Amino acid sequence: MTMIKRGFAALAAGALSTALAMPAFAEPVKFDFWFGLSGDLARVVDTMCKNFNASQKDYEVVCTSQGNYDATLQNTIAAFRAGKQPTVVQVYDVGTATMMLSGAYKPADKLMEENGYKIDYADYFPGIARYYATSKGEMLSFPFNSSTPLMYWNKDAFAKIGKTEAPKTWEDVGADLKAMKDAGYECPMAINISANESWQLMEQFSALHNQPIATKNNGYDGLDARLEVNKTKFVQYVTDLKKWYDAGLIKIKSKDLGQDMVQAFASGTCQVILTSVGDHGTVGRTQKEGMNWDVAELPVYAGTERKNSLVGGASLWVLSGKSDAEYKGAAAFLNFIHDPKTALFWSTNTGYIPVTKSGFDYMKGQGFYDKAPYKGREVAIASLTASEPTEITRGIRLGNFTQIRAEFGTQMQAIFANKVSVQEGLDTLVKNGDAILDRFQQTYPGKTLP
Amino acid sequence: MEKRVTFSSWTIGILFAVPQLLLIFTFFYWPAGQAVYWSLTLQQPWGGGNIWVGLDNFRSILANADYWNSITASLVFAGISTGLAMFIALVLAALTDRQLAGSRLYRVVLIWPYGIAAPALALAFRFILAPEAGFLSVINRIWPGIWDPGLDGADAMASIIVAFSWKYVGYNFIFFLAAFQAIPRSLIEAAAMDGSGVIRRFWDIQFPLITPTIFFLLVINITESFQDSFGIVDIMTSGGPANATNLMVYKIYSDGFKGLDYSGAAAQSIILMLLIIVLTIFQFRFIERRVHYG
Repeated sequence: MTMIKRGFAALAAGALSTALAMPAFAEPVKFDFWFGLSGDLARVVDTMCKNFNASQKDYEVVCTSQGNYDATLQNTIAAFRAGKQPTVVQVYDVGTATMMLSGAYKPADKLMEENGYKIDYADYFPGIARYYATSKGEMLSFPFNSSTPLMYWNKDAFAKIGKTEAPKTWEDVGADLKAMKDAGYECPMAINISANESWQLMEQFSALHNQPIATKNNGYDGLDARLEVNKTKFVQYVTDLKKWYDAGLIKIKSKDLGQDMVQAFASGTCQVILTSVGDHGTVGRTQKEGMNWDVAELPVYAGTERKNSLVGGASLWVLSGKSDAEYKGAAAFLNFIHDPKTALFWSTNTGYIPVTKSGFDYMKGQGFYDKAPYKGREVAIASLTASEPTEITRGIRLGNFTQIRAEFGTQMQAIFANKVSVQEGLDTLVKNGDAILDRFQQTYPGKTLP
Repeated sequence: MEKRVTFSSWTIGILFAVPQLLLIFTFFYWPAGQAVYWSLTLQQPWGGGNIWVGLDNFRSILANADYWNSITASLVFAGISTGLAMFIALVLAALTDRQLAGSRLYRVVLIWPYGIAAPALALAFRFILAPEAGFLSVINRIWPGIWDPGLDGADAMASIIVAFSWKYVGYNFIFFLAAFQAIPRSLIEAAAMDGSGVIRRFWDIQFPLITPTIFFLLVINITESFQDSFGIVDIMTSGGPANATNLMVYKIYSDGFKGLDYSGAAAQSIILMLLIIVLTIFQFRFIERRVHYG
């Protein structure tokens, strides 16, 4: 009796599942997209995902925020080792070298080609494309959220010292900061010296001045690259920053101390900061009533032939081990993101810049950069395209670069606390950074960067 | 003849223990074994392969000045925060036990800090101790630059010690108060009638009788200060400035998860485990001798 009952149940279940498998309309293919943005930015990504899902019926992307870039990479690695990886994942700029050696991805250019999408790779701003491309120029991932640093300057404070334009050289900056101090400004310029500021202080500075961070063209040409920031123009830069800090021209502002530098600038406390174009919107929304400010390209030392700045942000990687249907969906999704209209949506709602020339032109055509809250963001494009990328302004391709950034923060703190001299601190940075690179190289014996 | 059902005590014992053993094996021995294995290899983070390197990971860690700095910082942190948390809790518990006015309220209120998650309390202390905007900014207004956890390693260390101790005062307080209340009132009353004062009674009667609790808390506090400090360090200092608060457990996290150096982090965990084992053995061997169990 029970046997018969079970038989019926099985039959019924079978019939039901066949019915489910063949609905009148095909169920959309679902695939996962993990990203590392949170708060407002995560909401914008969610909206973008909804727009993609609404734009077609064949695929459904499930977008999940993992909180931040570090966690996204960690969780993706854990998921990959367990065979439960997402199809598309957002990996931050400095994770590129690790991703390239992982063997866990499907090259983005191949994916698009296989699924019949034609992407004009020459349309990407070269400064952005080269950062994520292999040394041979193949795109393994797609640039997504992109930014570059700018100098934010308080026009009112500069007017007080008789200046109407932002300083273009570090020599001028030094003189202007001094003048502002003499005019009674408590905090002419704010910086922070944690791991995060390696980006604008060390990496971008080196690119603008065409100075290497590491040998082997910043690591593009081999895993045996080693740091060399202790013998470039960067030494002079740190020396000057320290000198200005000692003279009270620069204050350190960080979240741990109660106020980060963006807040310090927006509240009018500090008059100059160096930060991402991504903060443009935040400053605009939170600024002190009536404050006049603008953005400019980062200064360079007098007599320097300015090069392009580096892109910051993240790119989208497609991981290996997924079904063809999911790859089809991923390709459609990447194609959707690549569209200039999405670029306009994305840049309007975040501070990020468009990554393609067509996206930039489309936005210009729409009058995006003429209107008040977005005016000034075109400076970021000017900074990124200041020159054709040279061998060392393509980007940085060093393993475990997150740890090197941490070491940067540690040594800068030691320098600013007068524990070591500038040269000693940078020598230690190079020594410890090289140990990290050495270890990375040992972990991948016989492998080479693509 | 009496009929009796007999079970082999051995089999039945094992059967009862199996679920527990399985849990312990799955969640403790297996991961610990995995960590030992990782510490002897170089693991590629994405699982692409690994190379056997023997004790190289340990050698490179122990040859690293930063790591020794991290051990020193951990020991300083453990010593001071344990001392502070236990001393304050002991005083508070002794006072509450004396049934001073409001002691019922204290009994409830003083337990709360332990219920707050480390990151939340670290966030609160970050605001309180912020040199420019926090409560301590008053001090900086009087003596400019005297309190600067952003650049001064000692100040940063003091910050995390205060935050950690604050949390564990609540925990220790519960145990101390329970221990005090377990002391028979008659003993204290007898001593009081003999004319000994509060301090005398504390040292001669209460203190000796709560030594088992003190010892227990000492072991727990030291162990926890090595392990539970992570959330506080992560939120308040991120190991800075200049590695001054880069405690061992935080370094394991940042090397392993941020730096994707799984093998180095595994080796550091093994060292941390050994250190805690050695410290605990030391405490049982030398300090427990002075403990009187009732």
